[in-house]
Amino acid sequence: MRMNTGDTELAMAAAGGDAKAFAILLERSYDRLFGLCFRLMGSRAEAEDLCQDICAALPTKLARFEGGSQFSTWLYRVAVNAAHDRRRRAVTRAKASQGWGDWEVNRTEVNKEQADAQDWLMQAIGTLPDDLRDTVALVMDEMNHREAGAVLGVSEGTVSWRMSEVKKHLKAIKESEQ
Amino acid sequence: MSDEFDDLKRAFDSAMPAPDAAKRAANLALAQENFAALQGSPSAPRPISDAPKMGGFGKGLRTMFDALSSKAGLTATTALAAFGLVMVLPVLQYGPPDVFTQEPAVMIEAPIMEQAEDFAVGAIAQDAVPAPAPRMMSKQANRTRVAPTAGLVADAPMIMPEANTEAFASAPENSLKVTSETPVSTFSVDVDTASYAIVRASLMNGQFPQKAAVRIEEMVNYFPYDYAAPESGAFATSLAMMQTPWNENTQLLRIALQGEMPEIEARPPLNLVFLIDTSGSMNQPNKLPLLKQSLRLMLGQLRAQDQVAIVAYAGSAGQVLEPTAASERDVILGALDRLAAGGGTNGQAGLRQAYALADQMQEEGDVSRVLLATDGDFNVGLSNPDTLKDYIAEKRDSGTFLSVLGFGRGNLDDATMQALAQNGNGQASYIDSLPEAQKVLVDQLTGVLFPIASDVKVQVEFNPATVAEYRLIGYETRALAREDFNNDKVDAGDIGAGHQVTALYEVTPVGNETQVDALRHNAETSDGPNDELGFFKLRYKAPGQAESQLIEKAIPTTLAPDRELEFAAAISGFGELLRGSERLGVWSYSDAVSMATASRGEDTFGYRAEAIRLMRLAASLSE
Repeated sequence: MRMNTGDTELAMAAAGGDAKAFAILLERSYDRLFGLCFRLMGSRAEAEDLCQDICAALPTKLARFEGGSQFSTWLYRVAVNAAHDRRRRAVTRAKASQGWGDWEVNRTEVNKEQADAQDWLMQAIGTLPDDLRDTVALVMDEMNHREAGAVLGVSEGTVSWRMSEVKKHLKAIKESEQ
Repeated sequence: MSDEFDDLKRAFDSAMPAPDAAKRAANLALAQENFAALQGSPSAPRPISDAPKMGGFGKGLRTMFDALSSKAGLTATTALAAFGLVMVLPVLQYGPPDVFTQEPAVMIEAPIMEQAEDFAVGAIAQDAVPAPAPRMMSKQANRTRVAPTAGLVADAPMIMPEANTEAFASAPENSLKVTSETPVSTFSVDVDTASYAIVRASLMNGQFPQKAAVRIEEMVNYFPYDYAAPESGAFATSLAMMQTPWNENTQLLRIALQGEMPEIEARPPLNLVFLIDTSGSMNQPNKLPLLKQSLRLMLGQLRAQDQVAIVAYAGSAGQVLEPTAASERDVILGALDRLAAGGGTNGQAGLRQAYALADQMQEEGDVSRVLLATDGDFNVGLSNPDTLKDYIAEKRDSGTFLSVLGFGRGNLDDATMQALAQNGNGQASYIDSLPEAQKVLVDQLTGVLFPIASDVKVQVEFNPATVAEYRLIGYETRALAREDFNNDKVDAGDIGAGHQVTALYEVTPVGNETQVDALRHNAETSDGPNDELGFFKLRYKAPGQAESQLIEKAIPTTLAPDRELEFAAAISGFGELLRGSERLGVWSYSDAVSMATASRGEDTFGYRAEAIRLMRLAASLSE
């Protein structure tokens, strides 16, 4: 972990209501958090939105931070969960829009075409199942498998296995493109 | 080693944008604002009003627009579908109620994508990572603030199974009152039980309910109690008092009402109009399919002279079943089966049509009721929520009442449901499982459908000579002004046949340690009678009457405890724990379990046993 040990202490202080500690902590962590959000979501706009979600909810969550793990690990966990929530909402919204007749069907088609035209990043990350998607985002963020496991609540071995699955998936995508 | 992963990583690294500076600043500011708000007032105000604000109406529409414009949403759908899991759900049984049936098994289409996601999340949730509060994530305007109501922030260590746009009616907890300053406590009765079902659904899902969803009086009133039936008149009162389990300085005072049970055989014919929400959002296993099953159960309770009609409302409202005698079961069941979910919601047009049908069915002496079954999404085509409320109130005065059955979680708009039912003199119930449908629609059918008293208000005047302080537990959304008690124009809750209402006060007898110091310049001691705790007054209107009747009774200091009170106390303590109350000191879920177990009694329907299981679940989750 690149975050220095001070972060966890700052987080403890912030959990206790120290606004200054919270401000410093957030300032320090934001860019890194944004990077992870980008890797999780695959597009800048989505990453910005996810960051906003996290920032809005962070004070409440932090109040329950007990220092049981490093702050960075904890923050990544929050981010991964927030990403899950966002994706889930996207799915539900899409479902809610079903059954709106031809007009909506046409619209959906147009949207799909646009989505197809999006770059490889979105595609590659988008076709991965959630658990693989989270794992890949964390590992790309220079985390080793043990650290990623700590964030995801799985063992190091599971992370390694998932990474081999990721590689298989990516390979398949690439082959289908060629 | 260069492989696809490295390619991807390189692509990501090179494509990695710098965070937008303005957005970054805005997000940081938002976080700090929320941080400050959190420190300031963890539980904060919401207007105390009998009828919650109708804020939920526009929300669904926004969700809908989001859906239509969310390209990312659509991509995600296609992406996730490829890895979806096919769930095989157990087939529904008609056996004795297993209250822990979670999946209302009637479902045919498993929500594949969501299930897949839930599993993925489950792995992470094991670590008890608090998931981001779904409410806070909603895309409201551009910025999401911490609403000042603590409960709105879900602090459940798990994930909601659906996009969460739930809105709950809540109000700040009733504060402690000093008898010499405010001797009179006034509230409207509440026989709704929706809150308990929501609490149960959350706990069964492995998460704590949102604090705002926990309304203690609704939890307490969920359970049938063994109160004596009235010998004459519409009500019997039942008083009892016991030592407060979590505070040695206070006593719990119970004031309970038992409504009379008119002879069921002689009941007037019923006209029921089922107004069924068939919007797209109902297309989930715990919504439309469960609703069909529920109504099927209810049908068994109706008689040949009763009439049933069905109106479905989605994009456009439509009559699905013309008024039909309840004896023609096949016709009614066939119409139910043909219902399918799809389209937006037009609650208002549906309501108009349902009321029109009810008018058409009305004959001299009949009881007419519209039963609205929905997940609370009244979103498309509604211009003015107040018009809808007024409309319901007007129809109520003309004799057709409205009850609301809530289904599903996610966009259940609790506040709207409450407001509609309260305006329509009906009951709002939340149905999360078939056993719950059985309780609401079969066991308590008579109470739900036949009002015996309306605008029931309770006023308790405490005696400063014997009671130093008191606090009404729950009923926050039901508080009335002192002068409203005698004002017959002020609407209040209604009580159906056989209904019970239980209210608990935590009182500090004079002489015990009080939480508020007595005022130095208010040394005036009361000359009230020393053998009375207070005086209890009840106002209600008989069905169809405009003038209220009054029941009065002194509350003696010599009340004994009883088993029913003990159980109610355990439930009330359970509710306080769920609300995160600090008043309970070291009293914990396991204390609630032992107390509820000791006072379980006969428990014919197993409701209390279920509550004990929920308490144990909460105890485990809190560790």
